[in-house]
Amino acid sequence: MLQITGVSRRFGDVTALADVSLEIRQGEFFALLGPSGCGKTTLLRILAGFESPDAGTVTLDGADLLGQAAHRRPVNLMFQSYALFPHMTVAKNVAYGLEREKLPKAEIRDRVGEVLEKVGLSAMAGRRPQQLSGGQRQRVALARAIVKRPRLLLLDEPLSALDKKVRAEMQLELKRLQHEVGITFVVVTHDQEEAMSLADRIAVFNAGRVEQVDEPVALYERPRTPFTAGFVGASNLFAGRACSAGLAADGLGVLPGASDLPDGTPALLAVRPERLRLGVGPGGASGGGPGGAGALRGEVADVSFYGGVSHVSVVVPGRAEPVLVATQGATQVRAGTRVVLSWAPGDGVLVPQ
Amino acid sequence: MRRSRLLYVPFYATYLFLYAPIAVLVVMSFNSGDSPYSFEGLSLKWYGELAGNAGIRDGLVNTLVVAAGSTVLSTVLGTLLAVGLARHSRSKVLDAIGVLPAVLPDLVLAIGLLVFYASVKMTLGLHSVLLAHTVFGMAFVAAVVRTRLTHCDTSLEEASRDLGANAVTTFFRITLPQLAPGITAGALLAFTLSVDEFVIAFFTAAPTEPTLPIVIYSMVRFGVTPEINALATLLLAVSFTVVIVAQRMTRLTESLS
Repeated sequence: MLQITGVSRRFGDVTALADVSLEIRQGEFFALLGPSGCGKTTLLRILAGFESPDAGTVTLDGADLLGQAAHRRPVNLMFQSYALFPHMTVAKNVAYGLEREKLPKAEIRDRVGEVLEKVGLSAMAGRRPQQLSGGQRQRVALARAIVKRPRLLLLDEPLSALDKKVRAEMQLELKRLQHEVGITFVVVTHDQEEAMSLADRIAVFNAGRVEQVDEPVALYERPRTPFTAGFVGASNLFAGRACSAGLAADGLGVLPGASDLPDGTPALLAVRPERLRLGVGPGGASGGGPGGAGALRGEVADVSFYGGVSHVSVVVPGRAEPVLVATQGATQVRAGTRVVLSWAPGDGVLVPQ
Repeated sequence: MRRSRLLYVPFYATYLFLYAPIAVLVVMSFNSGDSPYSFEGLSLKWYGELAGNAGIRDGLVNTLVVAAGSTVLSTVLGTLLAVGLARHSRSKVLDAIGVLPAVLPDLVLAIGLLVFYASVKMTLGLHSVLLAHTVFGMAFVAAVVRTRLTHCDTSLEEASRDLGANAVTTFFRITLPQLAPGITAGALLAFTLSVDEFVIAFFTAAPTEPTLPIVIYSMVRFGVTPEINALATLLLAVSFTVVIVAQRMTRLTESLS
């Protein structure tokens, strides 16, 4: 439905977007994920019509989008700051876009009433934005954008201004609304948890390039670039060369992993903290699990308890950074305990470097 | 911590210094005697005299015409200048030149305008004062509105375009209401500055159509009369009202926006 081909944009010496190509499908909840300054917001502004790319094309339903002025595109943007008009009531804010389409008054009134009910703000129609809470403001911004029934709705960091509790609520709300109105959503975020919980597919951006496009689970379990492995969820990364059993790590010996890379390829091995098994004692549980041949030995440096999970950091000789292990609930180990770390070969993901 | 009462002495002294001359002037305007310096008794006599003075009445009308006209012109032009500078220019020099007439010495502006009018062979009259006052009034409005604009969120204008409004609709429906408090403040400033402006008006007015400050100046040359005290008191009342109304209005528009 939306086809982005070879889009590039430079600001002076800074490359915001370098040859970005993406395809976004009808009815999809698509996330652009990346650290700040990776170009994701620039792409969003190009889609909305506030920036023009130096090169590349964007088509919506097969028709060229870049040639249309911002106010004529069937695309709406929900701003990070919400950008509600402070001198208008909630109802007037929502009606603004429809009034520009010169629709009959009765239809405008009906559609505004309908959309306010959908976001649960019917009682607030006569209020001004500054009399609303953060979560309510966001609903108004959302209502103002979807009331236009755009082909494509862009959301710039939609949850970043909300506190934790409201954020979880709005997350569900956004998914429900997207399902109800059936509009294609493109959300920009730097928060990987937000992207994973909201989106059907995620494009990971780094320094103006698309690193990987995948479904959340695939992205998490099978990162294909070192950047994705490090950015999406916490990972323990080991550098070395691919071998038949996994990775021949620099200074640590052979680590188990599933590999389809040719032997000797420089690679990173990524292991999620929750996939690591923690065995106590120098010989104790080592070599216990099938294929988990006592991968690494070390000493516990620190234990942090978070309620549902505990994070254990283990110092492994021959490696500068401690290895992070996540365990369910409280753990028996203390700082100074000697432990053995192991994992199933399928949990070690090799990423070419 | 208890503060020493002594600390209040310079505070009250400052206010005394600021307002004692004005208090004297107001009291003397109700003097029943002829002397502007010694108080003889309460009377509204001089206010009556003032009402009957055709010279002052004409001067007041001229001043109001000039002030109203130049306020309208400088508000419109100054607002457009400020929006243009803020949204479509990155030049600091242009920015500075735009508000320069506000800080230029009146004398320089007055002589410059007089020379300019002479060189384009324009007749002097109320229109020439009106245009002259627009020159500095516009700069004041631009400066005030410009400050307000830097605090305005540009994403509001983008949101308006995103929702399907063209540039003109966006300006009138979104930008202008955002700027309303700044524009009101700028307009009031331009009006009050024009009402009591003397130097520029003196150079650019026709002798047959003097503004109020020029009328007062020519009366004072033959000595201060209680009539002038009465006039000054009235002007004071008007200024106070305008300032208070302006404050109330900006508070009102700010609470609305």
